[in-house]
Amino acid sequence: MKKLVVLGAGLAGTMAVNRVRPRLDEDEWEITIVDQDETHIYQPGLLFIPFGMYQAADVKRPRRDFIPSGVRFVLAPIEGVDPAAQRVTLGGGRQLEYDYLIIATGTTPRPEQTAGLLGDAWRDSVHDFYTLEGATALAHRLERWDGGRIVVNVMELPFKCPVAPLEFVFLADWWLQEHGMRDRAEVVYVTPLSGAFTKPVSSRRLGHLLEEKKVGLETDFYTEHVDASAGKIVSYDEREVPFDLLVSIPVNMGADFVGASGLGDELNHIPVDRSTFAAEGHPNLFALGDAAELGTSKAGSVAHFAAEVFTANFLRGLRGLPPHEEFDGHANCFIESGFGKAMLIDFNYTTEPLPGKFPLPGVGPFTLLEETEMNHWGKLMFRWTYWNVLLRGKDLPLPSRMLLAGKETA
Amino acid sequence: MTTTLIAGREIHVDEEGFMTVPAEWTEDLAPLLAKQVGIDELTPDHWVVIRFLRSDFAAEGETATLRRISTNAGVPTKRLFELFPQKPGKKMAYVAGLPKPKGCI
Ligand SMILES: Cc1cc2nc3c(=O)[nH]c(=O)nc-3n(C[C@H](O)[C@H](O)[C@H](O)COP(=O)(O)OP(=O)(O)OC[C@H]3O[C@@H](n4cnc5c(N)ncnc54)[C@H](O)[C@@H]3O)c2cc1C
Repeated sequence: MKKLVVLGAGLAGTMAVNRVRPRLDEDEWEITIVDQDETHIYQPGLLFIPFGMYQAADVKRPRRDFIPSGVRFVLAPIEGVDPAAQRVTLGGGRQLEYDYLIIATGTTPRPEQTAGLLGDAWRDSVHDFYTLEGATALAHRLERWDGGRIVVNVMELPFKCPVAPLEFVFLADWWLQEHGMRDRAEVVYVTPLSGAFTKPVSSRRLGHLLEEKKVGLETDFYTEHVDASAGKIVSYDEREVPFDLLVSIPVNMGADFVGASGLGDELNHIPVDRSTFAAEGHPNLFALGDAAELGTSKAGSVAHFAAEVFTANFLRGLRGLPPHEEFDGHANCFIESGFGKAMLIDFNYTTEPLPGKFPLPGVGPFTLLEETEMNHWGKLMFRWTYWNVLLRGKDLPLPSRMLLAGKETA
Repeated sequence: MTTTLIAGREIHVDEEGFMTVPAEWTEDLAPLLAKQVGIDELTPDHWVVIRFLRSDFAAEGETATLRRISTNAGVPTKRLFELFPQKPGKKMAYVAGLPKPKGCI
């Protein structure tokens, strides 16, 4: 029996086993997937929890419901990978041998990486929303909120779902208006980048939104520490931004065992080949989803398009064939903008987000780079798509490669 | 793509003046590029950073982030801000003749 082991039963790992299992003979291939807990969290839904739009129950499902038959689910923390011995070590010293390994353990917020973030004020005046616990604590905090200065601060790049903090800012503006507090509240977006939107077309088309929504912007701000007792964040070049409520996007890092195995970069993300998704020097070891460093956004849509390319090339590789195509970095993201509207962007490595209609050229129903109600419905529908299409390893009615048809040139 | 004359040589640059052909860069260009971003003198510490950026780019095909430099070249982030004030990420890339670090959207 040949052994394929998949580490992490989040979006990418679950998608991979659903795609690969039907295509590999059950008499020849044993497939195992490992995760540390039983509950799959729909992470895009975490954005809506602080504002009371979703509850915890709306984003949780049992992992096993999505693992196909013929795949063994192992519940255990992963503690190490030894690529030379082709062996994974799990908690309690248990070991798994593999012929092929897929690492799909994602990336997680690490508040301990920023001095002062994890102090007494954590989950009091200092929050995050990238975990269910964080999003829920923030919802409770906002229930008691009565105005003041909300600062949303990105600590480090890259982080998953690069649009989520902007969506948070837009929703905060809407939520404050709904609750009649907008005149007593400030919303400020603080980023290490040189703008809220940095690609020329998006910044031209969407840059005005922050101003319109009266959201303050502090750019090129690389946070050195959080001084929670004084209520301020301080950058390496000694600028200060005061806050009453800090909503941080902590440093995002891949799993510690990735770092310990020597496969990762300085943030424990694994640089991989863009067509095979293999780690350098390890033709039988792959990384998918947020765990991989591909030079594109870490997002569910990217993981989905990449999984299509990976599966095709992995199966070709098993037959001794060269990879067919290279992943083009395709990403497609709805950006919730408040007041029942959203925007949509579609881009890849070489083409920046362009305006136009999507997915049907000229028809839509979605409109790229503009705020529409239809896009908002698209964003809400994404949860259904996530559970029923993406996780199950089915194809979206969209090609993995980005299409230029239907798009304008600027 | 446009070109500009630096030290009597024709160099390819983008709209913001970042070099687009890393192979056109030589060490003697660095002090001239540095002056354009307000750095009058390149100290040995500047050179540690510039040489790391060049060799890392040759290996990875991407401009290193501040975190990558502080972890792998041993220059603390705080020091990077002293060496290349205000916008170290951009300024370092500019002086080392590399593409500017990427944004997301
Ligand atoms: C607030 C927020 C909003 C988002 N919005 C969107 C959006 O609108 N659109 C979009 O496309 N994407 C969005 N994303 C991103 C999307 O959720 C991720 O890109 C996606 O989940 C990546 O899948 P993954 O399988 O790589 O990682 P994950 O889904 O995070 O799965 C990783 C799995 O590995 C397991 N694991 C990790 N370490 C270990 C270990 N040591 N031992 C055992 N198990 C381990 C974890 O338990 C987890 O199940 C959002 C993310 C967040 C946080």
